[in-house]
Amino acid sequence: MKLTNEQIERYSRQIILKEVGGKGQEKLLNSKVLVIGAGGLGSPALLYLAAAGIGTLGIVDGDTVDITNLQRQVIHFTDDIKKEKVLSAREKIEKINPDINVVTYNTKVNASNIREIIKEYDFIIDGTDNFPAKFLINDACYFEKKPYSHGGILRFQGQTMTYTPGSACYRCIFETPPPKGAIPSCSEAGIIGSMAGLLGVIQASEAIKYLLSAGELLTNKLLFIDILNLEFRIINIKRNRKCPLCGESPEIKNLIDIEQPVCEISI
Amino acid sequence: MKIIINGKEEVIEKDFLNVLELLKIKKVKMPEMVTVELNGEILEREKFGETIVKEGDKIEFIYYMGGGVKKN
Repeated sequence: MKLTNEQIERYSRQIILKEVGGKGQEKLLNSKVLVIGAGGLGSPALLYLAAAGIGTLGIVDGDTVDITNLQRQVIHFTDDIKKEKVLSAREKIEKINPDINVVTYNTKVNASNIREIIKEYDFIIDGTDNFPAKFLINDACYFEKKPYSHGGILRFQGQTMTYTPGSACYRCIFETPPPKGAIPSCSEAGIIGSMAGLLGVIQASEAIKYLLSAGELLTNKLLFIDILNLEFRIINIKRNRKCPLCGESPEIKNLIDIEQPVCEISI
Repeated sequence: MKIIINGKEEVIEKDFLNVLELLKIKKVKMPEMVTVELNGEILEREKFGETIVKEGDKIEFIYYMGGGVKKN
């Protein structure tokens, strides 16, 4: 695929980067990234991935836009209330960049559909709002040998790590979802929208770097951010020999749906 | 003793202690909500009680972080 004159102009500010160039831009246009969850993390990730010219963007979300989402889920506008999130996101992406092929999945991921969905993609972004989905994405990416970016946020804090086949996975740090009742109660929690935005943009950057084979990824590292105290820290993580998924004697051999009716939390 | 917790040097008024005792001193209310990394190794939760923390150790408390706000 050769870049058109319009594409050269549209992407000129990144094509001049030595890490991108014309070849890199062609790579991005030929790439497929899946964003699971078009919420607080997925919104900024999708906006930047679309603008950067990621050729195919998949979006998985089974929800509709609610007024309480608008404080942080910046791809959805006031007029979109009650609209399917995947549809609302698709409309914005197509306006930002008509080059992008948008594929939507108006569903939640579960043990029976996730492998089929992620199979088609080069990189996956976890923008989900609950632990069962986060563990499911981790396990599915491990089994399908897909790289992905994990993101979690709470109040003014966030953490993110990148998995590529062979690196430490989410279960190397957290073996299982937190025990029932251990999550801070829903009424205590909350999130500042800009924190979600910051984390989603880092996740998008990880996808772009992975696709370009440029720079250093957040593999075997967990980036912790506290925006209230302006703290940014990288914690080195080693693969855990006792990891129930990728360790020496793994207990997890198949995907399962984890039931966790503690409280529905949404980013 | 001086140890480094989450990147910050802290003085603990003891020569050594186990991870459970440290979690208590640091007022971590729910140890089941935290993963502890000691000098670069993730600790098994069952071994918190028998793992000793001493001068110069680097400890990371890593919390679960999922979502933020109540769904309607």
